Amino acid sequence: MTHLWKSANLQGIALAAATLLVVAGPSAIRAAAAPSGEAVSIDNFTFRQPVVTVKPGTTVTWTNRDDIPHTVVSKDALFKSKVLDTGDTFAFTFTKAGQFGYFCSLHPHMTGTVIVKA
Amino acid sequence: MFDVEDNSRRDFLKCMSWAGTGALFAFAGGIGSSTGLDSALAAPLAASASKTFTFVQLSDSHIGFNKPPNADARATFREAVAKVKALPEQPDFIIHTGDVSQLSRDEEFDDARQILNEAGLPVFFVPGEHDMLDPDGGKAFLNRFGKDSFGAGWYSFDHRGVHFVALVNVADLKPGGMGNLGAAQLSWLRNDLAGRHSSTPIVVFAHIPLWTVYADWGWGTDDAAEALKLLARFGSVTILNGHIHQITQKIEGKIAFHTARSTAFPQPAPGTAPSPGPLKVPPEQLHSMLGITDATFVRGRDRIALIDSTLTA
Repeated sequence: MTHLWKSANLQGIALAAATLLVVAGPSAIRAAAAPSGEAVSIDNFTFRQPVVTVKPGTTVTWTNRDDIPHTVVSKDALFKSKVLDTGDTFAFTFTKAGQFGYFCSLHPHMTGTVIVKA
Repeated sequence: MFDVEDNSRRDFLKCMSWAGTGALFAFAGGIGSSTGLDSALAAPLAASASKTFTFVQLSDSHIGFNKPPNADARATFREAVAKVKALPEQPDFIIHTGDVSQLSRDEEFDDARQILNEAGLPVFFVPGEHDMLDPDGGKAFLNRFGKDSFGAGWYSFDHRGVHFVALVNVADLKPGGMGNLGAAQLSWLRNDLAGRHSSTPIVVFAHIPLWTVYADWGWGTDDAAEALKLLARFGSVTILNGHIHQITQKIEGKIAFHTARSTAFPQPAPGTAPSPGPLKVPPEQLHSMLGITDATFVRGRDRIALIDSTLTA
């Protein structure tokens, strides 16, 4: 039993270490067993994946593919990107379950939602 | 029979003359803009404007923009300023209706200032959303161009009997919304207009249109109606905006609305493209889609004439 537990734990640590490379922070460890990345691209003044559903601990990365700068700003002041010029990215790791709306503060008609559930 | 001092009657007569002029296009003879003259819009001007004068509107210079269709927005802005400088009748001042910069970077603002200095004229600014992108949310702009302004950069001034109001509708934008003036600014506007005679000609300038040009692209201002209510009693109101990089105009009651071209890049007409991103026109077309707007108060004509001209040589 002890041996098995150790083995599983070691595997977990290895996964967590790999995950840490992309998503710094202790919350990443809890997400080790789940897919840890979700991408949202910004195209044509829209969040191309307007609603994404992820597990807790997932890092969502937004990439601006427009010729015009955009931002990614949480409606609840949870996160706020700097201005993203063409090709720039912003990443945020969602640790808690819930529904998180966001928008572009330059073009506020651009909105999206991240749903976090276990 | 009629009391000429009776303001409501005077306004009414102005309204009637307004309605009677039909298309309301007025061109002032002798105005510079010999090329690319493609639209004009007139608004009634009260007799209290003491002298004929002109001013120029520049908009959306986007200094720092360097992608198709314009690899150098500095160069086209410099051309626009040169065009102002070459006007046979020099304007009293320039207004810049925002998006001075592309990314609110210090060097973008500084270059814009330096290029504008070449005109040797006073410049009055309002910020666009691109001017609010520094970490302090607009301080870089306000420190340079909004020193004597209130709040996010609003203010007013008088010039030769005309009252100019600079409004900011790009600060603290709400998710899902469009442009926004906010309660504090509307309250300031109420006080600013309160003591003024309704025969005073009013010019309002702000970045995003103060009427809804196209809601799907956010081309409007959510609480504009509250500002327009405060302006409704005035006999002559001209509203100058930018943001949409193309000319649109509308008359509503005594209020004339007009948007100016950009000096950097054109944007598509509402709904004609998947997004309002830059219209990637061929290089030989670019200059015909960029431009400046001359506003002329013509003595004895009871009109404000707005004349748009392109950067085409």
